[in-house]
Amino acid sequence: MALNETEVLAGLTEIIVEETGIDAGDVALEKSFTDDLDIDSLSMMTIVAQAEDKFEVTIPDDEVKNLATVGDAVGFITKAQG
Amino acid sequence: MTTIKQAPVTAHSRVLGIGGVRGENVVSNDDIVGPIDSSDEWIQQRTGIVTRRRAGADVDVIDLSEAAARLALEHAGISAEQLDTVIVSTVTYFRQTPAAATQVADRIGATPAAAYDISAACAGYTYGIAQADALVRSGAAQYVLVIGAEKMSDFIDPTDRSISFLLGDGAGAAVVGPSDFPGIGPSVWGADGSRADLIYQTEDWRSALKSGTWPTLRQEGQSVFKWASFQMVDVARKAIEAAGVTAEDIRAFIPHQANMRIIDQMIKQLKLPDGIAVGRDIAETGNTSAASIPLATERLYRDGQVHSGDLALQIGFGAGLAYGAQVIVLP
Repeated sequence: MALNETEVLAGLTEIIVEETGIDAGDVALEKSFTDDLDIDSLSMMTIVAQAEDKFEVTIPDDEVKNLATVGDAVGFITKAQG
Repeated sequence: MTTIKQAPVTAHSRVLGIGGVRGENVVSNDDIVGPIDSSDEWIQQRTGIVTRRRAGADVDVIDLSEAAARLALEHAGISAEQLDTVIVSTVTYFRQTPAAATQVADRIGATPAAAYDISAACAGYTYGIAQADALVRSGAAQYVLVIGAEKMSDFIDPTDRSISFLLGDGAGAAVVGPSDFPGIGPSVWGADGSRADLIYQTEDWRSALKSGTWPTLRQEGQSVFKWASFQMVDVARKAIEAAGVTAEDIRAFIPHQANMRIIDQMIKQLKLPDGIAVGRDIAETGNTSAASIPLATERLYRDGQVHSGDLALQIGFGAGLAYGAQVIVLP
């Protein structure tokens, strides 16, 4: 069953915390992966791969550059589930 | 119909000896950061590379191959005359024909061994081991020399931020022969040409000759990282399963030396046991494509981290996209 945005954010936060070690409280929809969370391009691909597995979606490599914020990723994943 | 004979099969094969050589020049990150507007810290954080080894202008793939071959033969205790096949895996030899392997075989004294080159980039060594295993067990050959040799520095663009700064030169070799016990697990290998644009030569030779520009290498680093770190883990798991062992039985993990962060991610995904020896030669040698696995193996021996009889999981992956993995018993 498809998850709503709140549930996707919770799951994605777990992945981001696991990959980066940052505090879960620092992860929010408006945060930029690069500027706010200091996530580099390789860590981003790790997060994408983990998210694909967790949410059973496909996030094309070409799409990753459009996922600037946590909210962008949550939105993409929520839609892609459908 | 007259019946013909076929070669008698050999029950088992194994790797009998391994050797390797690196380019003689030590090139630091500071030596190359200028044209790519980078830093030692950035390169180390992104790749784990501290230095790369590069060969001098007068050294070629045949020279590197010859030196590695002699060390592998010595380790195996096999003479060159006993070899009946020599395989060189390379993407940096500049003649379409004759194959580099023919001259390597002749230089080391293996003539008239069958000799040919293969092209499978960073998967080349594991492809070579797959072939050698099959040749020995089928009875087509008794002793096969597999060499992964690259002079990657001939294909670099100092201003390229995608792959050039990773690359080093070297050759690694292995002697494969008959064995009293199973020494090479089933090879899990394949390729996906639909993704050939992820790691590539900028121009083919025909257009390079017309344009007068020397071709160099490029990669789509993020996509390659994701493919290698995650999809290659399934290939590694299949190789473990095909060998009839479990991750707990593996004593050494020796992946292609593409990027330290790929290696770390693969270890995490594979759930390999703590204390396992891991090939991390990339830190000092850089990415030497087909040479990287035997060079990393050679270093693990030298550092006392592996011993004869240990099970090693080796996996190569790269341009093609080509990949190959097998579990071997270390000589």
